Amino acid sequence: MTTIIIVGIIILLISIVFQVAKTSEMVSTLKGAAQSRKDSNNILGILMLVFMPVFLIGCIWSAVHFHKDFLPESASVHGDWIDSVFNTTLIVTGLVFFLTQIALFWFAFRYREQEGKKALYYPENNKLEMWWTIIPAIFMTVLVVTGLFYWYKITAPAPKDAMVIEVTGKQFNWIARYPGKDGKLGHKNFTLINDNNVEGLDWNDEATKDDIIPTELHFVVGKPTKIIINSRDVMHNFDLPHFRVKLDAVPGIPTTFWFTPKYTTEEMRVRVGNPKFNFELACAQICGQSHYAMKMAVVVQTQAEFDAWIKDQKPYYETAMPAPAVAESVPAAEEKKDEAKKEEKK
Amino acid sequence: MSSTATHHVSEEAIYHKAEWHTHHHHEHNGHDHQDTFFSKYVFSQDHKMIAKQFLVTGIFWAIIGGLMSALFRIQLGYPDEHFGFLSSLLGHWAPGGKIDPQYYLALVTMHGTIMVFFVLTGGLSGTFSNFLIPLQVGARDMASPALNMLSYWMFVLSSVVMFSSYFVSSGPASAGWTVYPPLSALPEAVKGSGTGQGLWLISIALFIVSALLGGLNYVATILNMRTKGMTMTRLPLTIWSFLLTAILGILSFPVLLSAALLLIFDRSLGTSFYLNEIYINGHAMVEQTGGSSILFQHLFWFLGHPEVYIVILPAMGLVSEVLAVSARKPIFGYKAMIGSMLAIGGLSFIVWAHHMFVSGMNPFVGSIFVVLTLIIAVPSAVKVFNWIATIWRGSIRFTPQSLFAIGFVSLFISGGLTGLFLGNSTVDIELTKTYFVVAHFHIVMGVAAFFGLFAGVYHWYPKMFGRYMNNTLGYIHFFVTFIGSYLIFWPMHYQGMAGLPRWYYTHSSYETFGHMGELSKFISTVAVIVFLMQVFFIINFFYSMYKGRKVTEQNPWEATTLEWTTPIQAPHGNWEGDIPEVYRWPYDYSKENGEGFITQDTPMKPGEQQLHH
Repeated sequence: MTTIIIVGIIILLISIVFQVAKTSEMVSTLKGAAQSRKDSNNILGILMLVFMPVFLIGCIWSAVHFHKDFLPESASVHGDWIDSVFNTTLIVTGLVFFLTQIALFWFAFRYREQEGKKALYYPENNKLEMWWTIIPAIFMTVLVVTGLFYWYKITAPAPKDAMVIEVTGKQFNWIARYPGKDGKLGHKNFTLINDNNVEGLDWNDEATKDDIIPTELHFVVGKPTKIIINSRDVMHNFDLPHFRVKLDAVPGIPTTFWFTPKYTTEEMRVRVGNPKFNFELACAQICGQSHYAMKMAVVVQTQAEFDAWIKDQKPYYETAMPAPAVAESVPAAEEKKDEAKKEEKK
Repeated sequence: MSSTATHHVSEEAIYHKAEWHTHHHHEHNGHDHQDTFFSKYVFSQDHKMIAKQFLVTGIFWAIIGGLMSALFRIQLGYPDEHFGFLSSLLGHWAPGGKIDPQYYLALVTMHGTIMVFFVLTGGLSGTFSNFLIPLQVGARDMASPALNMLSYWMFVLSSVVMFSSYFVSSGPASAGWTVYPPLSALPEAVKGSGTGQGLWLISIALFIVSALLGGLNYVATILNMRTKGMTMTRLPLTIWSFLLTAILGILSFPVLLSAALLLIFDRSLGTSFYLNEIYINGHAMVEQTGGSSILFQHLFWFLGHPEVYIVILPAMGLVSEVLAVSARKPIFGYKAMIGSMLAIGGLSFIVWAHHMFVSGMNPFVGSIFVVLTLIIAVPSAVKVFNWIATIWRGSIRFTPQSLFAIGFVSLFISGGLTGLFLGNSTVDIELTKTYFVVAHFHIVMGVAAFFGLFAGVYHWYPKMFGRYMNNTLGYIHFFVTFIGSYLIFWPMHYQGMAGLPRWYYTHSSYETFGHMGELSKFISTVAVIVFLMQVFFIINFFYSMYKGRKVTEQNPWEATTLEWTTPIQAPHGNWEGDIPEVYRWPYDYSKENGEGFITQDTPMKPGEQQLHH
C-alpha cells in the first residue's frame, strides 16, 4: 500500500513540474525570445554564483567532517612516505581546484549576457598558452619526482634480514605460510592441492615439513617483512589498508611486497583511541561471490611475543598427515597417465 | 591544405548536387518517391537519421545502465534491509527482496559495460559523429552511407546479444567490466562467467565491428569530403574531436578484439593464454597452464585507456562548440585546443599500464608510466584554461546546453585533478581499487561525458527534430544532475581515503570499513533520486519531438557553423541547393566592426583580417 502511495506521489510531483514547465514555456513564447532570455539569464547567472561558494565550502566542510573516518596514521614506515606524497599532491591540486572553480563560476556570473555589453573578440594569445603549458608542466615534474623518489624506495629489494611470509589467495580466504625453524619455505605445486594440502606443498621437499600455516597473520614490529603473494585460482589483491600495502595475487606469477610495521596492535589501539582496534587483511580485486568477505586477522607484536606465538603453532605437515601420501600420488599419477597418452599420440 | 585536394572536393560536391536535386524533385512530387517507412526510419542511410537511431538506442541503454546502478546502490546503502520490489523485479536473483551477491557483481559489471561502451561510446560518439560530421564539414552524407547504416545495425545486434544475457539462467557477466581472467574464464569461479560471459564477449566483438565501421567512415568523411574552402584549420573543434576519437578507436579496438578472442579460446578451446596453475572446484587445471592473466590486462588496457579518451574527446568537442556559441566569443586558443587534443590522443596510447601499478609489474616500467601519465595532465590543463578564457569577457546566454557545458568544465577539473593522485604510482598503492578510483573516473569520464552528451542534445535538438526542448525542464534537469552528481561522487573520495575497496557487496563485514555505512546510505539515496529525476530529460526529449515549440529560424542559436545553413528540416542530402563554400574559421563571434556572428559561408570582407587559413 505504501509503495503505491509513494509511486502515486512521485508521479503527481513529476506531472506538476511538467505542467509548470509547459506553462512557463508558453509564457516565454508570449513574451518573446529576447525578453524571456533576459529574464532567465540573470537568474541563472546568479545561481551559478551561488553554487560556487556553497560547493567549495561544502568541499572543505565535508573533508574536515569526514577526516576522522579516513584511514588512521600509517602503521608502516613506507606508508608515511605515501601519505606525504598524497599531501603534496593535495596541496598542488587543491590550489588549482579552487582557482579554476572560482574563475569558472565567477566568469559565468560576471559575463552573463547583459544589455549594452558585448563580448570581447579575443581569439588567442600564444604567450598565455605557453605559460599555462609551462606552469602545469613544472608542477607535474615536482609531483613525478617526489612520487618516483619514494616509489623506488618502496619497490627496492627487501633487506636480507627481512622476515619472509607467503600469502596465497583463494576463493574466498587467504592462506598464510611461515617458514618453520629452518627459515625456508618448502616447494609447492598446484597439482598437489587437495582438502588436506591447501597449498599443494611437496612433502618430498624436507623444507616443507616445518612450514606453518596459521589462521592469522602475525608481523613483528620494526622488522622488515617480505610477503610473497600467490593465488590459487583467480586474481585477488593483497590489501592491508592500515599499512598502505596493496598488490595483486596472480595465479602462477608470485609477486612480492615488503614493508616495516611501525606499531604493534596494542600501540595502534592507543593511537587511534579504540581499544577494540584490529588490523585486517582484505581482498581488493573482484574475485567472485564472497569477494567482500575475504578477510584475515592481522596482529603486530614485539619480537618476544611473536616468538612465543610461533612456538605454539604446529607445522602444517602434522595436521595434514597422513592424507598427503594419498593426495600426492593420485594427481601425480594421473598426470603421468596423461603424459603417456600424449606420447602415444605423437 | 593543398589546393588540389580542395578542388577534388568541389568536384565531388558538384556530382552530389546533381544526384540530390533529382532526389528532392521526387520527394516534392509526393507519391512516386521511394522513401518507405523502413527506408526512412529503420534501414535509413541518412546520417541524420542514423544519428537519431544511435541517440535513442543510447538513451535506452542509459536507462538500463542507470537502473543497474540504482539497484546495486540500494544494496550498498541498505545492506541489511529487504525490498519486496527487488524480488518482483529480479526474481530468484533477489530472494526475499535482497540482491544475491553474485547478481550484485553482475549488476556492477553490466553497469560498467553498458555505460562505457553502449552509452558513452555508441550513444555519444555514434550520435554526434554521425549527425555533425557531414553537416559541419559540408558534405551530403557520410563517405559510405551503407557502411554507416551497417555500423548502426551491428550496434543493435551487439545490444541484442548483450541484453539477452540478462535472461540466461546463470545470469549476465559478473567479472567486472574489465573482465579479467581467470575469473572471466572459469564458470566455476562465478556463475556469470558461464553463458553470460560468452554472450558478453560476442556482444563486444560485434560492438567493435560497429565501432570500426563507424570510425573508418568518420575519418574518410572528414579527410575527403570537406566542402570547398573547409581546410583542416577551419574545422569546428567538434569535428577535430570526432576525427581523433575515430582514429583512437580504429587503432585500439582491434587490440580489444584480439584480447576477447584469446579469452574465447581459453574459455572454449582449451588454450591457456591467460591461465596458469589454477586449482578450482576441487581439481587442478593441469591441461591449461603457462599463460598470464597480466597479458590480458595489458591487452585490455591498451584499448581501455584510449577508450576513456574515446569517451571524453567528443564531449570536449561538443562543449568547446557550445561554450563558444553561448559566450558569443571565439573559442580561446583554437590551435592550442587542437594541439592539446592531438597530444592527449597520442599520449593516450602510452599510459595504459597506470591501471596496473599494483599488478606486480616491474617498478621501472611502472615509473615510465607515471611520467607519461602525469604529462597527459598538461594538455588537459591547457584545455581547461582555454575553456575558462573562452567565457572570460564573453556575453553568456544561459541555455540548458551552456549550463551543461559549464558543468562539464567543473566536473572535468574536479575529476581530472584526482587523476594526479592515482597516476602517481606511490599514492596509487594506497588508493587503487578503492572508492577513490570510483569517484575519480565517474566524475571525469562518466558524469562529465554525460554532461557533454546533454549539452550536445539540448544544443542540436532543434536541428535534429525541428523543435525546441523545454527550457524549464532543462534547467531543472541540469541543477538536479549537477548538484546530485557531486553529492554522489564527492563523498566517494572520502570512502576511498577510508580504504573501502570496490566491488564489495557490503562493507559491514570489516571493522576497518564498517563505519562508512551512513555515508553509503546518503550516497545511495541521492543516487536513486538523481536517477529518477532523469525522467525530466526523458519526458522532455520524447514530448518535445512531437509537441515542442517549433523552430522558426534557420539558425536559432546564432551559430557560425554550416549545419545552421541547412533548411530547418534538412532533407537527406542536407542542402537544397549547392553545398555552401567556406571562407572563414568557425568562431567569428563578436568580431570588431562585424555583426554578432559571421557564418562560415560568408565571404571575407575586403580588408578583413583572416585568422586561420
